[in-house]
This record gives sequence, structure tokens and C-alpha cells, in this order.
Amino acid sequence: MTVALSEALPRRRGLGSPGPAVVAILIAVFLALFLIIPTASVVYVAFTERGTGAFTLVNIQDFFANDLFMRSLWNSFYVSTLTVVLASVFALPLAYITTRFDFRGSAIIQTLGFLPLIMPPFVGAVAMQLLFGRNGSINLLLYDWFGLRVPFMEGLNGVIFVQAIHYFPFILINLSAALRNIDRSMEEAAQNLGSSGIRLFRRIVFPLAMPGYIAGASLVFVKVFDDLATPLLLNVKDMLAPQAYLRVTSIGITDPMGYVIAVILIVVSVAAMWISALAFRGRDYATTQRGGGGLARRRMRPLEKLLAYAVVLVILALVLAPHVALTLLSFATIWSFSPLPDAFTTAHYERVFSDSFLYIKNTLLYASLAGVIDVVLGTAIAYLVLRTKLVGRQWLDWAATAALAVPGVVLGIGYLRTFYGVQLPNGAPLTSLWLVIVLALAIRRLPYALRACFAALQQISIALEEAAQNVGATPTRTVRRVVVPLMMGGILAGFVTSFATAAVELSAALMLVQTNSDAPLAYGLYVFMQSAAGRGPGAALGVIAVLLVAACTVLSQIIIARSQKNTGMSQ
Amino acid sequence: MNMQSGPADTAAEAIQVAPVDVRVEGVHVSYGEHHVLKDINLTIEPGEFFAFLGPSGCGKTTLLRLIAGFNTARSGRVLINGSDIGDLPPWKRNVGLVFQNYALWPHMTVRANLAFGLEERRLPRAEINRRVDAALALVGLSHLADRRPSQLSGGQQQRVALARTIVIEPKVLLLDEPLSNLDAKMRVQVRRELRDLQQRLGLTTIFVTHDQEEANAVCDRIAVMNDGVIQQVGTPMELYERPANLFVATFLGTANVLKGKVTGEGADRTFNIAGRGQIVIPPEAVVPADAQLVFRPQAASLGPASTEPSAGSIGGSIIRREFLGSFTRYGIEVGGTEIIIDEVFQNGVHLYELGDRVQVRLTEKATLWLA
Repeated sequence: MTVALSEALPRRRGLGSPGPAVVAILIAVFLALFLIIPTASVVYVAFTERGTGAFTLVNIQDFFANDLFMRSLWNSFYVSTLTVVLASVFALPLAYITTRFDFRGSAIIQTLGFLPLIMPPFVGAVAMQLLFGRNGSINLLLYDWFGLRVPFMEGLNGVIFVQAIHYFPFILINLSAALRNIDRSMEEAAQNLGSSGIRLFRRIVFPLAMPGYIAGASLVFVKVFDDLATPLLLNVKDMLAPQAYLRVTSIGITDPMGYVIAVILIVVSVAAMWISALAFRGRDYATTQRGGGGLARRRMRPLEKLLAYAVVLVILALVLAPHVALTLLSFATIWSFSPLPDAFTTAHYERVFSDSFLYIKNTLLYASLAGVIDVVLGTAIAYLVLRTKLVGRQWLDWAATAALAVPGVVLGIGYLRTFYGVQLPNGAPLTSLWLVIVLALAIRRLPYALRACFAALQQISIALEEAAQNVGATPTRTVRRVVVPLMMGGILAGFVTSFATAAVELSAALMLVQTNSDAPLAYGLYVFMQSAAGRGPGAALGVIAVLLVAACTVLSQIIIARSQKNTGMSQ
Repeated sequence: MNMQSGPADTAAEAIQVAPVDVRVEGVHVSYGEHHVLKDINLTIEPGEFFAFLGPSGCGKTTLLRLIAGFNTARSGRVLINGSDIGDLPPWKRNVGLVFQNYALWPHMTVRANLAFGLEERRLPRAEINRRVDAALALVGLSHLADRRPSQLSGGQQQRVALARTIVIEPKVLLLDEPLSNLDAKMRVQVRRELRDLQQRLGLTTIFVTHDQEEANAVCDRIAVMNDGVIQQVGTPMELYERPANLFVATFLGTANVLKGKVTGEGADRTFNIAGRGQIVIPPEAVVPADAQLVFRPQAASLGPASTEPSAGSIGGSIIRREFLGSFTRYGIEVGGTEIIIDEVFQNGVHLYELGDRVQVRLTEKATLWLA
């Protein structure tokens, strides 16, 4: 009997056990509930008739027949395109100078070039108005000295200007990386065959660096196109994202126009990412060989050096402007029609810490939870994809990464729509829970945390896990004692990145915050900035946010460096 | 490390392994349509130092990983000490695998690396410490116990990997190209140490290598593999002296191969080399179909072409000469093929010049007919 029974059992093959499958299903359910269904419901509403649910294009037709929407659509494209152009104007000289010349300032550029990334554009937007606005410091000085005013911040100009200052590092980073990846031999081979100067640049360097530039540029385009907070804070309403927000918040969750706009936002995001992917397809242009090194650098002539320093200084001044302006504003008593504030005070910080500490507390809570959710999901998905043979495991990766194409506004609308009718046991709607904000933040940041976890796991040789199993550790024990400890650096870095960016996310929060007591810092900043009297405390909150993000960024760098040192994987 | 010292001997007693046999029966492994191993049958005796030898891609590492449980067979069985381990996952097999790149866990010290397997077996801490100390002493690394793997040299890392495997007292020790990441001098030293250690522990050991010299130097028996098939199993000398086929003959050492045709029957068989002469085949010789004539460079001697052409010699001309001190290596063109003959140096004997016509006289006993 026992013999027959043991023979009836299926023969165990390899590492098959139900654990991974259960985890995969749980993740799939989570992604379905909080990413796929909300997004799908947005698309569904945009293309169906209200009430009947029948397919219709009427909503789309209504959208294109409406002058305000058409102007918003045009403005969004206009602002995004010009932001890319202006950001390129900032990024190209910096990338060129740092990769082509032996230039002392290169290190400064590399460091300060990242500075804008630690402050989302909306945080410094109002402060920038005080510096560059019609009656801002710069224009007052310009008027005094030359009798002219420059409309830096007028209407759409303001959005373009602020966004370009904040997002040009994406182009700088990608382009510099592409330039650095060009092996010196590429250039030398061209020189050896008789090419030089502009022709060499146009025929060799430019084509090789192009994918990097396109990747950066399309990222900037999407970020600007999807951004809700910056236009709102600069009081620009005729752009797509603000229109979606205003329709849903003023007319209501049943108005189809908000959904149509959301669909357009998704389509543009996907298209931009597709273009970026096309730029890289079949062009693995990393040509550096071992012992190689980037393009040949040469010393600058004195005049060139002067010019280079001038360019760098102007750009760095622009980069630092939002930070300087925000700091000034946070300490200013009154700052109006004068180049500098009348007097300085710490009252705004006192007020923020006494009355509005709730915002900071909420932010810390939400961002930590979102970060934890992200690294847990990220680690699990990375492990399932890279280390198991589960059918459909790749879909988890794709689904989680698809969150990149879903703007915060869209996810917010999707949550409101999907969980609209869902009620808690006490009768309150589900969306009134602050946990929903956390979930939205987690989903939005998941793709980045997932990449960090993937990279961390890919660095671990499979032999290290096999060695553990060989001396007696089960797969679960192997994950606990070998995989996770070795991934820890990457996991922590992923957590800190998720935390830092979730701490200053506004788009989704704007849609989902139901009561002021549940609001995070970014929302508080937005509320404060609505009134002239609130600008001081708003700026103080902004400074706190920037410091928080900066501290996190430094922390993540330290963690990565230390974990690489500890595990001897630094080379 | 000094294997002969007293503490290491006591250490060897602290690590208890029983010699067991390993049997592989009718194993087939395929990745999709690609057959990696075809009908593998092997018996490895208890306490034997056995090698899987073959060029890269021949399936030797696949076979080793199959025994460790990291590959699955489409059919066939692997038995250790008589029991089928096919259904056991890797962590329950208790066969110690030393990885080619050592696979030391970088986040653990040397001591923690060694203790890992024992901790997984839930042994008491005192017992773990005793066995870890013993294994460290055995490989002569007691003084480096608190280092991280990244702070060790390649040779030291290799010993840690070995100690980490031995400390769990495996039934069988599997070594996957353990010397390939060491420099040439270390390689010779470490392979001697491996052999000494294996002898003292009496541990059945399987060694995967593509280097015939390594396999010859340390192993009791070798399975020569090619294209997923075991070509021949035997002691190093058997394989060199009586290779079963052309592949084994040419893979182990240098061999001359000449094409020709067998004519005649029974006792009158001769091997005709296109226009260059014929060799009488001894009546007792076994000659497979489409056989080729195979002999080692030292299994023939050279004579001037003027000598009477005899039944056991082939004509050719010198096209290359390398004076290597104790012997001279000649390249001789025979009917469009180059064969190599080594002549031992003797004082006063003159060397042949390039272009000289010579007769190659084969040593009958050392002549093989292989397909």
C-alpha cells in the first residue's frame, strides 16, 4: 500500500514547489487591482456611453470640438517641445565640455547638474516667479539698468522655463553617458581615415551619441506633458493635465472629458517611450572596450576656457535659482517689488513646525510605506523573473513597468473611478482612506525600485545560490541567507529612491487627498501657495522637502558605496 | 599549505567521510532539441579520484551538475551508494560541488562561509565550530578565518571553496574545473594538494577538466567525453596506450594519423597508404571499418630513403625540424599529410636536413588502427 502510494506521487523535477507561484499570483492580483483595473477603467469610460456602457467615439469628438481642450492640447505639446529645446540648450554645452575637454569645472558640473533633480519643478515654481517674474528681482534690476523687462515667467513661458531648469539633467546624464561610451578608437579610426573637425563630429560622434540624446529628450517630454503641479502652481490652466484635474474636481467624477484627456496623456507617454525604445533598437552603441576610455580629451586654450567658465556659470546660476529663491522666500517677511526681501524671519518655519507638522508626518509615513511596498514587490518580481521558470513571469515585469506610462493624474482619476462605489464597513468610501494615497505612490514609483532590484539581483552570480543549495540550503533559505543579503545594497537604494520621489509627488495626491489631515507635504505646499500670505510657510515646507530628498539621495549613495565595498563587488 | 603537518592530520580525522560508489545508468539530457548527454553509463568506485575529460561543450559539466542536482535528466538514473538520488533536490543530496569560480558568498567571512552548510543542518554551535576549525586546518587557512573572500588571493579562495564543501562531509566531492582560475605555477601545486587531501579523506571525487595533463596527473581513472558521449573510460596509461578511437588518440597527447586502405584477408592483411608504402597488419590486430593508421611521435624511427623499402615503413620527406634538446621533432610530409616523429638526441648522430627523403619505420607493437 505504501509502495503504491509513493509511486503514485508525481516525480519531483528540479526546484518545482508551489511557493513562487503563490507569490506571483499575489503580485499579479495587487497589480491588477491598483494599476491595471484603474487604468483600464479610465480608458473604458472615455470610449463608452454614459449609463449604457456602449462603445462610442462621441466623447472623443466632443473633446476635439471644444476650443479650450484644443488649445490645451496644443499648449501641452508646445510647452513640452520648447522645454526639450531649452533643456537641450542647457545640457548640450555642459555635456560637450565635460566629455571633450580636460576641464577643471567638469566635476562641479557633474555634481551640480544633478541638483535640480532633488527638487520637483512645482516646489520652486512660485519662488521662481519672485525671482524671474514680471516684478521679480531680475526684471527689476534689468529695468533699472537697461529699461527692459524679459517675460521669463509670462504664461506658458514660466512653465517652459521652470521645467527646463529642472529637467535638463535627464538630457545631460543620458547624453554624457552616450558620449562617454564612445570608444576613443572610433574617433581615432575616423581620423586615421582622414576625417576631422566638424565632419568627424557630424559623421561619427553625433550619430553614436544620438540614442542617448533621444532617450533623455523623450523622458523630458513625457515628464512635462504629464506634469499637473507646475502649471497649476503657476496658474496656467489651459494645458491638458490641469484640465483633466479641473474637470474631475469641479464637474465631477462622471464627466467623460477628464477621462478622454487621461487617455491622451497615456497615448503620448507611450508614444514618447516607444520613440525612445526605437532609438535604441538594434543600436547597442556602447563601444568602449576594456582599457579604452571615452573620446580623447584635450586641454582648452585660455579663451576657450574663459568661454567655458562663462557658460557653466550662467547655467549653474540658473540651476541654483529655484533653490536660492525658495530659501529666500522661506525666510522672507515681505518680498514684493524689490530685488531682495525686506527683512528675514524664521516665523514661517515655526509656523510650519507647529501648525503643519502633520504634513511632514504624513509624508514620512506615506513615503516609507510606499518605499517598503516597492522594494518588497521589486525584489519578489526580480527573483521570479530572473530565477524561476514560472510561466508568464515576464508579464509581472511588464505590468509593473507599464506604470511608467500612467501619469499621476490618470492613476488618481482611475482610483476615484474604480473605488468610487466601494465602501468601508462604516459606510465611508474606500478612497477616503489615506492608504489609497500610499498605494498610488507605490505604484507610481514601482518601476524605478524594480529596476534597482533587477540590477542588484543580476549582479549576483547564480553559482552563489547553487553553492548554498549544494551545501544544504532550501530555495527559501537561500533567498533569505544569500540572495537578500547580497541584494541589500540595491534594495536599500531602491527604497531610498522610492521614498525620496514619493515624498514630493503631487499629481496623484492632488486627486486622492480627501481631508486636510491626511494630506502629505506636497499637498500642503500647494495649498499654502494658493494665497500670498501662505507663500512663506509654503516655501518653508518646500525647503524641508528639498532637504529631505537631498538627505535621502546622499544616503542612498553612501549605502550603495558601502554595500559594494562590504561585498567586495566594487570592481 | 603544508599537508604533512600534525594538526592537519588530526583535522582529517575530524572530518568523517565514507567512501561510496557512484553509478550513472543510461542518462540522457537534452535542452530542447539539443542533446547534451547521450546514454551515459559509468561506475565510479568508492574512494576513487575520477575525471570527466573533454573539450568545452562535450557535456562534462552538465554531467557533473546532473549529479549535484542542478540539471535534470530526460531519462536514466544516478545512484550514490546504491540509492537513486534523482528525486532529491540539490539541498538534500549531500554531494559537495566546488564551483569553477568558487562562488564564495562575498557578504560572509571565511568562517561564516564554512559554517553555512552546517547551520542549515541545524547542528549544535559547538559541533559547527569544531568542524569548521578542522576544515580550515585541513586546507591550512586557520589564520584567515575572519577575512572576507575579497581579501583573499585566488589560491586561498579556492581552498576556502574546497573547505566549505568538505566541511559538510559530503558523500561525493565534485570539482568543476577547480584549477582553471589559477596561474600555471599554482595549478601544479594545488592539484598535488587536492590529490593528497583526497587520498587522506578517502573521499570519492569527480574532477571535471579539459586539460589532459591535469587529469593524467591526479586521477585514478578518466572518462573521455566528446559530443555528449563517453568515448572511453580507463586509467591515464590505458587511454594513452590503447585509445579506443581516433578522438581519444588525438585528444590525449600527440598522435599521427594516416589515411589508407586495408586490403587482403586474415593473416595477409595490409594497410596501404596512397602511394607511400604499405604496412603489414599483425594477424591478432583488430581493425575497424574505415580504420586509419595511428602512432605516437616516439613510436617510429627514421632511416635514410636509400635503405631497402620494407613492409613496415613509409616514405616521406622532411619539411620541418625543431631541435628541442633531449630530442628532435621532425615534421615529415607523407602523401599530403604531415606526420611528427621525435628522435632522441644522441651524441655524434647527425640530424636530417629539410628536404631529405626518409623512411619512417613503425614500431609494430605501438601501431594502432582506429576509426
